[in-house]
Amino acid sequence: MAIHPKEQRLVLKYADEPGYTPHIDSYLEHGGYDMLKKAVTMEPQAIIDEVKASTLRGRGGAGFPCGLKWSFVDRKSGKPIYLICNCDESEPGTFKDRQIVHKDPHQLIEGMMISCFANNVAKAFIYIREEMPYGAKILDQAILEAKEKGFVGDNVCGSGYSCDIVVHRGAAAYICGEETGLIESLEGKRANPRIKPPYFPAVLGLYNCPTIVNNVETLCNAVHILDMGAEGFKKIGRPNNAGTRIWCVSGGVQRPGYYEVGEMTLGELVYDICGGPLPGRTIKAIIPGGSSMKILKNGERYKGKNPDGSEYDWGLEDIPLDYDGIAAAGSMSGSGGMMVLDDTVSIPAALANLMAFYSHESCGQCTPCREGSLWLKKITSRMVHGEARPEDVDLMLDVAGQIAGRTICAFGFAVAWPVQSYIAKFEDEFREYAAHLSDPKADRQAIKELACNG
Amino acid sequence: MDLKPETLAEIEAAIPKYPEAQSAVMPLLHAIQQDQGYISNEAAEWVAEKLGIAPINVLSVVTFYPFFRQHKIGKRHIRVCRTLSCAMAGGAKVCDKMLSEFEAELNQVSPDGEVTVEFAECLASCGSAPVMLVDEDLHENLTVEKAKEICDKIKAEAKA
Repeated sequence: MAIHPKEQRLVLKYADEPGYTPHIDSYLEHGGYDMLKKAVTMEPQAIIDEVKASTLRGRGGAGFPCGLKWSFVDRKSGKPIYLICNCDESEPGTFKDRQIVHKDPHQLIEGMMISCFANNVAKAFIYIREEMPYGAKILDQAILEAKEKGFVGDNVCGSGYSCDIVVHRGAAAYICGEETGLIESLEGKRANPRIKPPYFPAVLGLYNCPTIVNNVETLCNAVHILDMGAEGFKKIGRPNNAGTRIWCVSGGVQRPGYYEVGEMTLGELVYDICGGPLPGRTIKAIIPGGSSMKILKNGERYKGKNPDGSEYDWGLEDIPLDYDGIAAAGSMSGSGGMMVLDDTVSIPAALANLMAFYSHESCGQCTPCREGSLWLKKITSRMVHGEARPEDVDLMLDVAGQIAGRTICAFGFAVAWPVQSYIAKFEDEFREYAAHLSDPKADRQAIKELACNG
Repeated sequence: MDLKPETLAEIEAAIPKYPEAQSAVMPLLHAIQQDQGYISNEAAEWVAEKLGIAPINVLSVVTFYPFFRQHKIGKRHIRVCRTLSCAMAGGAKVCDKMLSEFEAELNQVSPDGEVTVEFAECLASCGSAPVMLVDEDLHENLTVEKAKEICDKIKAEAKA
């Protein structure tokens, strides 16, 4: 994929360079593993301090500061410490891990090894989703190559430090992207998330040992933090939103794809980089960070106060494209999976599609989520099939409200937020469907195909 | 259990990678499914014995994860992504085309035994939607016409 001039690439810097391959020779020719060589000469705590100072936030969804997460690790228990790379990105709209794993796997391995050295980890895992079968093979091969060169395994770079990496294939369950569900899965069980607090993975994780779970993009950034230094890294992006982010854009734009950018507005990404809507269409709404995030409606104004006391009044296109900017607009940047809905998209049908997804993916452990997600699927399904009841819109809000915050993990919010935000922003559309006030503008077949929920 | 020698070798290599044997459940199930096409009750019991855990612990894994299956499928496995980005880009029409070309029902083995067509939840390639997996190969930016070409290729390979 061609690199857009407005991009600022760190993690994907070489991924799309002509002639660059996933093999170790390409990586080494581009300075690969130099930062690991540097890391093993440093004090582990100095690396942790540098990552902490960089203010790097986790790229998986919650945006929790990476260095802080590392600092919570129980180092006094005497138990082994594990590191798990979460390569189970299953949030609809997100596909950045695929680019890194397929095109530059050694960068991930180097980032993992730096992180492992910093945290005194002797065994690390890459939990990769089964929907990327070649990705697992590429990683296996890359680890073999790295072992042959002394970057993984015994006596890393001649330092006396040893650490192995195991690639573990999932089997297509979304909930394995949730860190405690992932740990359960890696232990060979159903991926039922664990309740926290009191026990976080940093204290009791894999095999009840201290465990770090980091996203692929987060771990890659460890390489660049060591390379640029924390201060250099912080110069990219806004304060508290340091570094680049890979945004995955899909749906109704002219140039969907993945783009790595620094400081930028949502409008620059969608209109300048992605070319705006398809000819003759307009943007109706944007789901900013993966399908569970609250929807943003085109034409809305987002008002509030900046940390310095000044006021902002943004349109959709003005929203800063980072954790805090999108949060200020009432949503989240999540995993960076942006879905653009144009004026041809029926919002109730889009919601029906997502409810089919979330009801399928609920692990079933918590009754509100298991029953509620299926209930919401049934309501939205009958809505798109022209069989809605007048009370259905209020019923959906009631059900969603019974799920949000009443489950062990954040999946409950992932089910509820789309329902609550879509109805809040597009209530008329839902009321029309529910009351059969008008035959929806798009033809019924197109609506059923979009819902695609049987 | 009548497993191929390479499957047995893969299984023996997988177990010591993990500090606790139960962690090897999924790698073993992947290996067996690759070998036999599905996970039979006999296979689940074999895995349980191999890892020193109860059969129910294996079955609970088999039934939880969508990509493990307890029944045979067609010779080729077609999984069309149905999630929002792919649906907006016409994934349903692509799936219909695959079904009609093989005169198959969704989630059923086609009458000629060649394929099983299923919907899959997000295949993580939303930027090149709609997409589908044919066995392990990802096909992107699909149209009904491209779907027809893929069907023709599958049919030609079946005859070869």
